[in-house]
Amino acid sequence: MWRLNRSPDRTLLPCGDSAFLVELPGLAAVVAYYRGLTGAGTSAGVSAPPGIIDVVPAARTVLVTFDPETIRPSEVRNWLESAEPAAGVSGSGREVTIEVSYGGPDLAETAQLLGMSEAEMVTLHTGSEWTAAFSGFAPGFVYLVTTHERLRVPRRNTPRTAVPAGSVGLAGEFSGVYPRSSPGGWQLIGTTTAALWDASKAEPAAIRPGDLVRFVEA
Amino acid sequence: MGIVVVNPGPLTLVEDLGRHGWASLGLSPSGALDRQSLRLANLLVGNPAEAAGLEILLGGLRLRFVTASTVAVAGAEGIVTLNGAEIPLNQAVRVAPGAVLDFGAPLFGLRYYLAAQGGIDVPKLLGSRSTDMLSGEGPAPLKPGGQLGIGRVSVGNGLVSGTDSVPGHGSGPGAGSGAGAGIGTINSAHALPAIRRAPDPGRAITARVDRGPRADWFDDDSWRRLVSQEWTLSPDSNRIGARLVGRPLTQTRLEELPSEGMVLGALQVPPSGLPTVFLADHPVTGGYPVIAVVRRADLDLLGQARPGQRIRFLG
Repeated sequence: MWRLNRSPDRTLLPCGDSAFLVELPGLAAVVAYYRGLTGAGTSAGVSAPPGIIDVVPAARTVLVTFDPETIRPSEVRNWLESAEPAAGVSGSGREVTIEVSYGGPDLAETAQLLGMSEAEMVTLHTGSEWTAAFSGFAPGFVYLVTTHERLRVPRRNTPRTAVPAGSVGLAGEFSGVYPRSSPGGWQLIGTTTAALWDASKAEPAAIRPGDLVRFVEA
Repeated sequence: MGIVVVNPGPLTLVEDLGRHGWASLGLSPSGALDRQSLRLANLLVGNPAEAAGLEILLGGLRLRFVTASTVAVAGAEGIVTLNGAEIPLNQAVRVAPGAVLDFGAPLFGLRYYLAAQGGIDVPKLLGSRSTDMLSGEGPAPLKPGGQLGIGRVSVGNGLVSGTDSVPGHGSGPGAGSGAGAGIGTINSAHALPAIRRAPDPGRAITARVDRGPRADWFDDDSWRRLVSQEWTLSPDSNRIGARLVGRPLTQTRLEELPSEGMVLGALQVPPSGLPTVFLADHPVTGGYPVIAVVRRADLDLLGQARPGQRIRFLG
């Protein structure tokens, strides 16, 4: 009863009286579906009907919350079932460039783990096109993915109690930038002076889900 | 400055109805845990429902008013005094300059809500004046000696003006229409929400739940255990989540769940089998399966549940 719909590529799961959780085959499908739902890659973007509060992508799901006084659950369901995934870059998301000073405390060790020189690793990190998949962990922290797995490294055995704000790291299939000082177990390969999160701005996050991110050497 | 904080008590926060639409960037909704009580207090003093007020955990707060104001207290029930004399709850009360307002420990419920006519005036951040204890965004918790501004009253938009209390709660729409300066009138544009008694700490509270997205990760007996037993609220509970103690639930799927979006009211179940109900400052994503979700209308009650309070879920 409570498994509402199963189509080949998405399953709508109930999530209380004002949300649906859409399950998708994987991260690439999540990114495409999220871009399709939000248009410009903003949270509740131009293509979301009135009453949609949040569209939250994650590793293999998209959570959609709504105000039941503004929009009926059946309308939300129709929107979620009929939305077309938007592949690639075209017309959605923004391109964000982050300047990085490579030389983080784990640079040498990470290059060694990957079996390449530090210079090769930097070239690969700057030469890859990263997609902002989803947020989590802290406001403005975005999990970035790319199309190859040559920068896949394990997390540190012992997390640091304090990772400085602006640290650029690698962990698993992801790269990311710490918006603020926090504990963390990622391999730190560089730092940026870019402000990743500023809640006093109308657009508080430098990187939003759906954006394309390029790293360049500062 | 309108108000001086003499003593903040254990935890007093500025909250409004929340900061919505930022979950995809990692920011929780925050806002008053008992939204209906903040709404009521606001409407009693003529504020829009979404004005910022104070959320006062367990009393202990002492405020000195520098400027005159009209205030109302709703939510928890206990002794609240103005210059030492008890004031009625759920009513608008005039406060003279220099007056001291004291909140005793609540006898029922956990959180008082104080509204001041014009609203607590702190800078808005992303559309809200709420404090988010998880991300640290929004105004800091009140400190001794701190000062709070009170916003400007928008004339003609109020429920009450220049009276000591709002007349009968049942005054219908337009009851005071044409009463000139609006002395003691109810503005027809607003409907007061009903006063809901704060829960009796000696009795179980009931919250309705719907099956959550990962209900199939648990055995059938877990669902029965969830809705048939009385749970107890753990003292570890806070604005992030209400932690429950009881007979644990049993997961049947033991693989790790990839992190996914979490809703307000989600009953997230870690391997211990003891659920946490996510409240206003909850993390926006999480990696434990959600067996059930509390109905939005019943979350206010959970915001008033005290440590040790018994809770029943109605499935």
